[in-house]
Amino acid sequence: MKEYLVLRVITKLLLPFILLFGLYVQFHGDFGPGGGFQAGVIFAAAFILYSMVFGVRAAQAILPEGILRAGIAGGVLLYASVGVLDLMLGANYLDYSPMAAYAKEGQHLGIFLVELGVGITVASVMMTVFFTFAAWRED
Amino acid sequence: MVEVIDVIILSLMAATVIAMVVIRNLMAVVALGGIYSLLAASIFVTLDAVDVAFTEASVGAGISTVLFIATLALTTRIEKKPAHKPILPLFVVTVTGAVLIYGSLDMARFGDPNSAAITHVAPYYLENTKKDTGIPNVVTAVLASYRGYDTLGEVTVIFTAGIGVILLLGSWRRGLTPPSPHREDDV
Repeated sequence: MKEYLVLRVITKLLLPFILLFGLYVQFHGDFGPGGGFQAGVIFAAAFILYSMVFGVRAAQAILPEGILRAGIAGGVLLYASVGVLDLMLGANYLDYSPMAAYAKEGQHLGIFLVELGVGITVASVMMTVFFTFAAWRED
Repeated sequence: MVEVIDVIILSLMAATVIAMVVIRNLMAVVALGGIYSLLAASIFVTLDAVDVAFTEASVGAGISTVLFIATLALTTRIEKKPAHKPILPLFVVTVTGAVLIYGSLDMARFGDPNSAAITHVAPYYLENTKKDTGIPNVVTAVLASYRGYDTLGEVTVIFTAGIGVILLLGSWRRGLTPPSPHREDDV
């Protein structure tokens, strides 16, 4: 898509704002609408937009397949290991209260980590699915 | 006022669905699907379910549309004419729809203060979320803390979907089998 100058410039202008909005939705989910699911999708949308305009190869140069696959598994692993950590601290599985000095702080920390895991997995899966489909097309 | 908005959005949704059934250009159908999701998200906003509306708008209207377009790029853009008369599918759809409407008659009226959804666990969450977790957004507290185990299951479902796509279409298979011969309608 080398010929579409307007698309290329607008995409480059939009990208940082989309990524920033994704991060905002991720880390502001405790206080407003949002959370890992929505943030992961928005974050992935930025890279999908980039790959639609500049090609999948260019997008995969930034985020190689290996990193995305590690993200797919790593997010779920982060989520599940928070639960295991709670077990080792003597609470029920995914009961975050003992993770900090005060129960509320522990809940905050637990929800933060768990939502981060959700976001990482969702973003990685969405990008992997799109890149996989698009790579078949480009070959 | 909300009722007027609801009626407008719901009739637009019905019109979108009818258009999706009639149109044979799959690219247009995918675009209409995105519009349908956006209208559904607006309905959720009028119901004050902003978290759900957010998910519907980003996943339903956004990512799903893109993935459908990516799929169409690999397959074909025009739906084939059905080989048989649509009487049997129409019968099945009508019966299913009638059963679903019959089932909805037993549902509690919208906003009924005595319904199970409002009298069961919801008051507990509303009263104790601030005390237990100190988090203002009750939806996030329920999703990630009270019902954290369910959410772990949801993430595992997405994980499984990703693994499935990698196994079926991933780069390790490229060159082994072409996914589809339908490439003559390229634009």
